[in-house]
Amino acid sequence: MERERMDYDVVIVGGGPSGLAASIRLMQRAREAGQELSVCVLEKGSEIGAHILSGAVLDPRALEELLADWRDRGAPLHTPVTEDRFVLLGERSARRLPTPPQMANEGNYIVSLGNLCRWLAEQAEALGVEIYPGFAAAEVLYHDDGSVKGVATGDMGLNPDGTPGANHEPGVELHARQTLFAEGCRGSLTKRLFERFDLRAGADPQTYGLGIKELWEVDPSQHQPGLVIHTVGWPMDPKTYGGSFLYHLEDNQVAVGFVVGLDYDNPYLSPFEEMQRFKTHPAIRPTFEGGRRISYGARAISEGGYQSIPRLTFPGGALIGDTAGFLNTPRIKGSHTAMKSGMTAAEAVFEALTGEAAEAGAEVSAYPEQLRRSWLWDELYRARNIRPAFRWGLWPAIAYSAIDTYLFRGKAPWTFHHHADHEQLRAKDQATPIDYPRPDGVVTFDRLSSVFISNTNHEENQPCHLTLRDKDVPVRVNLERYAGPEARYCPAGVYEFVEDDSGNPQLQINAQNCVHCKTCDIKDPTQNIDWVVPEGGGGPNYPNM
Amino acid sequence: MKVLVTAKRVVDHNVRVRVRPDGSGVDTASVKMSMNPFDEIAVEAAVRLREAGQADEVVVVSIGEKAVTDVIRTALALGADRGIHVDTDAELQPPAVSRALAELAVRETPDLILMGKQAIDDDSNQTAQMLAGRLGWGQGTFACGIEPADGEVIVAREVDGGTRRVALRLPAVVTADLRLNEPRYVKLPDIMKAKRKPLEAMSLADLGVAGDAGLTLLGVSEPPGREPGVRVADAAELAARLRDEAQVI
Repeated sequence: MERERMDYDVVIVGGGPSGLAASIRLMQRAREAGQELSVCVLEKGSEIGAHILSGAVLDPRALEELLADWRDRGAPLHTPVTEDRFVLLGERSARRLPTPPQMANEGNYIVSLGNLCRWLAEQAEALGVEIYPGFAAAEVLYHDDGSVKGVATGDMGLNPDGTPGANHEPGVELHARQTLFAEGCRGSLTKRLFERFDLRAGADPQTYGLGIKELWEVDPSQHQPGLVIHTVGWPMDPKTYGGSFLYHLEDNQVAVGFVVGLDYDNPYLSPFEEMQRFKTHPAIRPTFEGGRRISYGARAISEGGYQSIPRLTFPGGALIGDTAGFLNTPRIKGSHTAMKSGMTAAEAVFEALTGEAAEAGAEVSAYPEQLRRSWLWDELYRARNIRPAFRWGLWPAIAYSAIDTYLFRGKAPWTFHHHADHEQLRAKDQATPIDYPRPDGVVTFDRLSSVFISNTNHEENQPCHLTLRDKDVPVRVNLERYAGPEARYCPAGVYEFVEDDSGNPQLQINAQNCVHCKTCDIKDPTQNIDWVVPEGGGGPNYPNM
Repeated sequence: MKVLVTAKRVVDHNVRVRVRPDGSGVDTASVKMSMNPFDEIAVEAAVRLREAGQADEVVVVSIGEKAVTDVIRTALALGADRGIHVDTDAELQPPAVSRALAELAVRETPDLILMGKQAIDDDSNQTAQMLAGRLGWGQGTFACGIEPADGEVIVAREVDGGTRRVALRLPAVVTADLRLNEPRYVKLPDIMKAKRKPLEAMSLADLGVAGDAGLTLLGVSEPPGREPGVRVADAAELAARLRDEAQVI
């Protein structure tokens, strides 16, 4: 069936910090130059912010550059950080450590990134950006010469077998002179672009973390607005990278999260259970007693930093934000760099579209060139050796980080490298099962009651968006060799090994629970799981994560 | 035939609602809002009437703060011809809503008013009935089928154990039940086109309606949590506990 077509100067895939910042900067440039520019943002979430999840402590540097009058415009930055604590946990102990300079947050704000994005979307729309939430870009379109022509949204109303249902509505082709991919960590179209244009050649493999977050309304006596606590140590074993954050927002709300490096090697490890167990620590538990949990969600983040940055441009488009991977891992911040990359790309794209040599399908190499000269590049360069040092374990890594930061100021004459997360799992007979405590229903919970408050839903009658390249691999490889790690790393209970009628194990995929964190796509040992976008509007509906 | 459809903006059906800590209402800050699903069915029904040549104009109205224009735009993208936004910051109850709609009906003179059978936020299921009463029009509630005929409309109504068909002389008020239709997906180009469709704004006062008098919200609370279940060893213990503790046998 012929698809309808819409034409824009720039199409941006993803309404997060980088995509929205890019759209705003494009319109600002167009206004300054007195030119018309058509910019469209596609967002797979049901609304802007619905799929946004972050800590978050925001460094306002990029926002300041984007909209210097953000205070007057009512940006939702309400809680300045007032105190930083860095704590090493033992099973029963909690010891304050000096706060590493990367983790000092003076001048930063505790925010809901979802609400910041909602506000950015209002600014963008006021400038004339067309924003379409509820539409997922499902396919990259190419010109005959191989350059990117735009994207197509997914069909709506398909039956589970892929045939058109009664209400079938075919996708729409969005053609653009430049397409910016701002899909966030592990973008599903970005994956295709990596292959097609060999964008990862020469870069380290990306390494990831899985962040699981809950939002709590706590007892007022436990609340100290502006307080930021980070912990390392328990419940992680010393070899596994991971740690927590507790951010005290306004209105007696506390955001608590736990990030586990997805290069963990024990297939029995469950990031979700580690997060729950963490809250039972005697130094942590009192914060949540007498409170109530109001939201839950999870999202993978790119931790590879400098070494893992791919080629950012290709004919007809560019990668911006965390789908490229600009997170500063020691600072645990990526929103400011995501926005900066979007703004830098926007400036270069605007020049390319309006300059003398403007042509559709051009490769805007000015974007990476300008990015290399920006503070973003310097910031990521200096941070580059910290995350890989955690391969040696917690204490050596802390010691090395101090040397790298204080002695070399991030400019050590070497660069450590990353390895691919999915290759790290040990076989089950070489690993120790972990016995996690049962949820108490007070501060700890099970997966299903957690997913329930992420407001996640997918139209039930549609093709499964968690596709398997080989349907035998889950049992033959994942279960038999690795004890079925997908049942543990998925924070939403999507993957379950159940017995079929004849008592044989089989993988059941509860796709409607998926919170779009992308962990399965990253960690599946043989990369057999391919996460593709479901029908637009599906997934979580985070209120203010 | 001219059709007036009502559309209310409510907390999205996928969102678990949460009562504000002070019990003053449901927390809607940053919460995903959508068109009431039953109203969506009503809009779909109206658009199908027009597509079938049985209606020549579909007007959609929503009452509330500025944000309800989102819902109107959605209805316009689904195929309605023009929108009316009745602006008010007050959270109105069915008496005031039906009064405002009655005033609007006098001005717009629709032949048919299509509404959702109820809104999924307060589940009142009163507005259409009050509206029909105020106008002195016939009403066909819980519709699972609508067939316009000469000067009247045949409505199949969902009733216990089956359907009841009634003929209403036009003008009439009809409310949509779940089985009436399955609303279409909004098409992306239609969202853009909807931005250019006319949307008229007026205030509640323009309609001569003051708001709800005599209604005060006392408080909102969540249902009490369920006690966790217990495991019993055998049938004898079960019987004993049902008798002694639960006192139900």
